[in-house]
Amino acid sequence: MAKKERPIKGAPTAKDYRSVNPDWCPGCGDFGVLAALQTAYAELGRGSHDHLTVSGIGCSSNLPGFVRTYGMHTLHGRSLAVATGAKMANHELNVVVTGGDGDGYGIGGNHFIHTMRKNVDLLYIVMNNETYGLTVGQASPTTVVGETSKSTPFGNIETPLNPVAMAIVAGATYVARAYSSERKQLTELMINGMHHKGFAFIDVISPCITWKGDEIFDYWKERVNFLENHDTSDKAAALEQAVKTGHDTQLGLFYHDTSSQSLDQMEPVLEAGPMAHQSLGITPEQGSAIIKRMM
Amino acid sequence: MAKYDFVVAVGGAPGQGIETLGKSLGQICARYGLYVYTYSAYQSLIRGGHTFLTIRISSEPVANHGDEIDLIIALDKNSIEKHLPNVRPGGAFIYNSDDVKQAPERDDIQLCPIPYKKFSSGIEDRKLQRTCLNTCLLSVALNLVGADLNLLKDIIIGALLKRKGQEVVDANFSVADAGFDHAAENFTKFDTAFEKQEPALAFVDGNSAMAMGGAAAGVKFYAAYPMSPSTGVLHWMAANARNLNIMVRQCEDEISVINMVIGAAHAGCRAMCATSGGGFALMSEAIGSAAMMEIPIVVINVQRGGPSTGLPTKTEQGDLWQLLGASQGDFPKIIVAPTSIMDGFDTIPELFNLVDKYQCPGMVLSDLTLSMGFATFDPDTINWQPEIDRGEMITELGPMEEEYLRYQITDSGISPRAIPGVPGHVHVVATDDHDEDGGLISDEYTNPHKRRDIMEKRQRKMEGIVKHLPPPTFEGPEDADVTLIGWGSTHGVISEAVQMLNDDGIVTNHIHFKWLYPIDEDVVNEVLANSGRSIIVECNYTGQFARFLRGETGFNADGHIRKYDGEPFMPHHIADGARELLIGKTELYVPYQEIVV
Repeated sequence: MAKKERPIKGAPTAKDYRSVNPDWCPGCGDFGVLAALQTAYAELGRGSHDHLTVSGIGCSSNLPGFVRTYGMHTLHGRSLAVATGAKMANHELNVVVTGGDGDGYGIGGNHFIHTMRKNVDLLYIVMNNETYGLTVGQASPTTVVGETSKSTPFGNIETPLNPVAMAIVAGATYVARAYSSERKQLTELMINGMHHKGFAFIDVISPCITWKGDEIFDYWKERVNFLENHDTSDKAAALEQAVKTGHDTQLGLFYHDTSSQSLDQMEPVLEAGPMAHQSLGITPEQGSAIIKRMM
Repeated sequence: MAKYDFVVAVGGAPGQGIETLGKSLGQICARYGLYVYTYSAYQSLIRGGHTFLTIRISSEPVANHGDEIDLIIALDKNSIEKHLPNVRPGGAFIYNSDDVKQAPERDDIQLCPIPYKKFSSGIEDRKLQRTCLNTCLLSVALNLVGADLNLLKDIIIGALLKRKGQEVVDANFSVADAGFDHAAENFTKFDTAFEKQEPALAFVDGNSAMAMGGAAAGVKFYAAYPMSPSTGVLHWMAANARNLNIMVRQCEDEISVINMVIGAAHAGCRAMCATSGGGFALMSEAIGSAAMMEIPIVVINVQRGGPSTGLPTKTEQGDLWQLLGASQGDFPKIIVAPTSIMDGFDTIPELFNLVDKYQCPGMVLSDLTLSMGFATFDPDTINWQPEIDRGEMITELGPMEEEYLRYQITDSGISPRAIPGVPGHVHVVATDDHDEDGGLISDEYTNPHKRRDIMEKRQRKMEGIVKHLPPPTFEGPEDADVTLIGWGSTHGVISEAVQMLNDDGIVTNHIHFKWLYPIDEDVVNEVLANSGRSIIVECNYTGQFARFLRGETGFNADGHIRKYDGEPFMPHHIADGARELLIGKTELYVPYQEIVV
């Protein structure tokens, strides 16, 4: 599974960000997300070594292995915490976090809320397929009521999470929903999300044909609508659009706060440059000052 | 000057400022050049409950809170009733006589009633009047031990003038003078007095010492979730973050803490976190992930009484097996238990050099006794510039002859580590097991030969690590009747018990373990070969270290002294136990805790 790094000649293209071929099921929505991300990385115009792609565990979390950037394939649910550490250690990196709904909204739910609250400068892409695919199809935090699965053979009775509404309320400063088959919009949202200084979040409907059947694409085709005539600076309006579901599901950028500062911008210790590049240890003068306070 | 060895204890309610009083007394001693060790028996309450602080003062370095109390200061009525019996015969007992209608009775000690209301009648502000009580009673104590009141006044000015103003300083001074003069006129001083000796010392707690060690080691990223008794590390880091340029993050839980630390370490920082047993349990999975991704991190576990929420404010050495068994699977790791407060300072840079070299998690096993105890140290002996060796780390693009493989199979097991941002070294680190280049070998690529190679590569690092770790220390005569064996924070108290036994004619030596894992069986057995009748001393119920040592070396101790009541050992607990074990009365001695808070 070698992934050799070739120097990029001239302007980077999506091809430069290709790595090994994904091991996803043929027809998986995640292929569209990966292709969009490779284009978005190329569009940003930086070297492949300037990006860090971080994921958790699950089908979609295998993504860092399929894109030619620095990558971390961390524990289930912990990608945002690891990514926050990496970003705060070197805020010059473009850090993108990818994963699924079980990883991000289930086991990683606590980190999801708090990373948004802290407005950490990350782009978080969730490939939401409303199921636990890799563990062979159980209900997930976004599975709709009534759906049967291996863990809900008599139909799901629990209310699904609305991640977009949750993100708007929790403090994310760039909140979008996209659909893996609407590649152009998805790519644009990713590029703008990378440019956004703060926590950018895209919930991507990325259907699972294995556990939901081939008809899942038709299901979504009937339900998605492009968000129109919407003021992305209006939080209340964003929330109003975000809570629409079913046949009224909206795609696009719901909320964009361009004035709040991201965590790294507010952190004074970064004035001396990325933590990872700062000199280590303390000077004798600093040591003496510490001792003085203890005498 | 003959050896000075004096124990003061202060009893009162949480919120009465006992810690500040203890710190002031500690600082006064440190300015005299006297050595201090403190232990605070406290409860998990901010108001209400009871606190009992023991401060041992000595002309020689001291590493435990001793056996007897010479002088008690009772800050409230409860402490008068509770602690009157705890003063040694011939000692003194200072209390506020307004607290009791009937004077306490004990004719073998000096009772020192202080009519505080009378002394503080000039202070109009009621709250200020209450808070000055500590200053007054401490001044009485300073008189009894022959200390200079001006040192306390200096500390009061430093602590209060800028923050609270002249009026507050004046109020403190008035009751300080009243108390000090009253003592001079009415009470008898102790026979031996404070005497200045060189050098003047500094006064620090164990958590701060480890935090300082981290700063000296080049920690640039520190994360934490508050948890007693480890929170002191966070407080020190947060207070010093801006001065020393350290990134400090408080997280939503300990899972986030360690994963952030892993992210920061991967990006190139020296990164550290501290917690206690319950928080460490939450971190377990990530410990294994750091080992799998080969990212160097340092995690401090300050043990408190377990299991579960357990005893939040009491001590224990009950997490050894939790650390040994933390996270699934086999992986390289290092476990170290500092043996004194200032050893905590030295341990952190030592451990960072090892984890950087071997790219694995390092765990520090402290406990409440060590972390929340205070001790003095000679500021000239502290090494602010310890060696910093980051190991085989690639931080910039150099000449490359071949393709970079993050997990290259090497004889040492160490593969050079490129940090994100360096051109030409793009790779993925994974918590799934992986090939030399980071590609997963866990899913469709599962390959038993590759898995064996990469497992052996990682585990080869253990062979290197173990060669760096010093053997357990051996102190005392070669041929001894009794050998006391301990680990971690109990070094100081065992040393004193050894001395007591030798003074008593029982030839005793002491073997102490700081570096717990990995262990070199041959080296350790060579040290253990010097044992007389061997007794393992530890602060837990099941003899966690005894079982570990037997498993690693086959060594079976002759007897055991164990304590699991939440309070730390006092020297006589161990000496008494050794005597009983020697006469064959028992194989397991559990000392009785006399002072109950």
